[in-house]
Amino acid sequence: MVQYTFYFLSFLAILSALMVVVSKNPVHSVLYLIITFFAIAGHYVLMNAQFLAAVHIIVYAGAIMVLFLYVIMMLNLNADVEPHKSKWLKFAATITGGLLMIVLIGALRNVSENAAAGLPGNDIGLVKNLGRVLFNDYALPFEVSSILFLSAMVGAVMLGKKEIK
Amino acid sequence: MNPSSIPSDYLPIFIQFLVAAGFVVAVMVATHWLGPKRKSKLKLETFECGIEPQGNARIPFSIKYFLVAILFVLFDVEVIFMYPWAVNFKVLGESGLIEMLIFMALLLTGFFYIIKKGALKWE
Repeated sequence: MVQYTFYFLSFLAILSALMVVVSKNPVHSVLYLIITFFAIAGHYVLMNAQFLAAVHIIVYAGAIMVLFLYVIMMLNLNADVEPHKSKWLKFAATITGGLLMIVLIGALRNVSENAAAGLPGNDIGLVKNLGRVLFNDYALPFEVSSILFLSAMVGAVMLGKKEIK
Repeated sequence: MNPSSIPSDYLPIFIQFLVAAGFVVAVMVATHWLGPKRKSKLKLETFECGIEPQGNARIPFSIKYFLVAILFVLFDVEVIFMYPWAVNFKVLGESGLIEMLIFMALLLTGFFYIIKKGALKWE
């Protein structure tokens, strides 16, 4: 049962990820990206990482997606002004993407199957266990992340806000 | 006691998703089948509060929307960090509370900065 769900979710994730790249309409790309995010959240559930799954849906499918939509809306979407991409740019993009794929394959080739942390019975992904680890062993990174948020807020306000006269 | 869970525990949630999506699809199909179809140019027009639609919907948006959205994302992530803390509130005790207070204090600094800068004001 779990295996079939895994295959279905993988198929869905890869298919919609491809559709993100292939579809001509940017708004359709965004919608396909939402499907990809949900499929990946399903993977997290399969790996018993319930907190990560919930966060993934709330943050990525909810909040980040809104940002993507705004970026698309800020661009001019009328068909006649679509930026022209040169052949060289496409060539370079293909090479870069292919190199990234080689690196990923090389990195994942030697991973033993036992290293998959998400087998049933591994409960580290549950909210309770995760919280215990986060607030005891990783308290400092947690506090540092708040500084990251602070700098992100200041940066966003600096860039996006006109000075009040 | 350690909480434990297996993927099949999520079956009810999955069924709920299925029912929700199925209801939407079923209602949409049903309206297409059952409803009468009288198409006219006026009826097929985009409805916009009764006012005649004008211009293109695909115009560049103001950056102000983006600013509000990105600030929303930041505070959204902040609240997510509170879930693991809230679940373990009793176990973590005082030290957890202090950790959270430091975290919140830094973010509230950012919040006051935003308010003082008037970033959420709509000019």
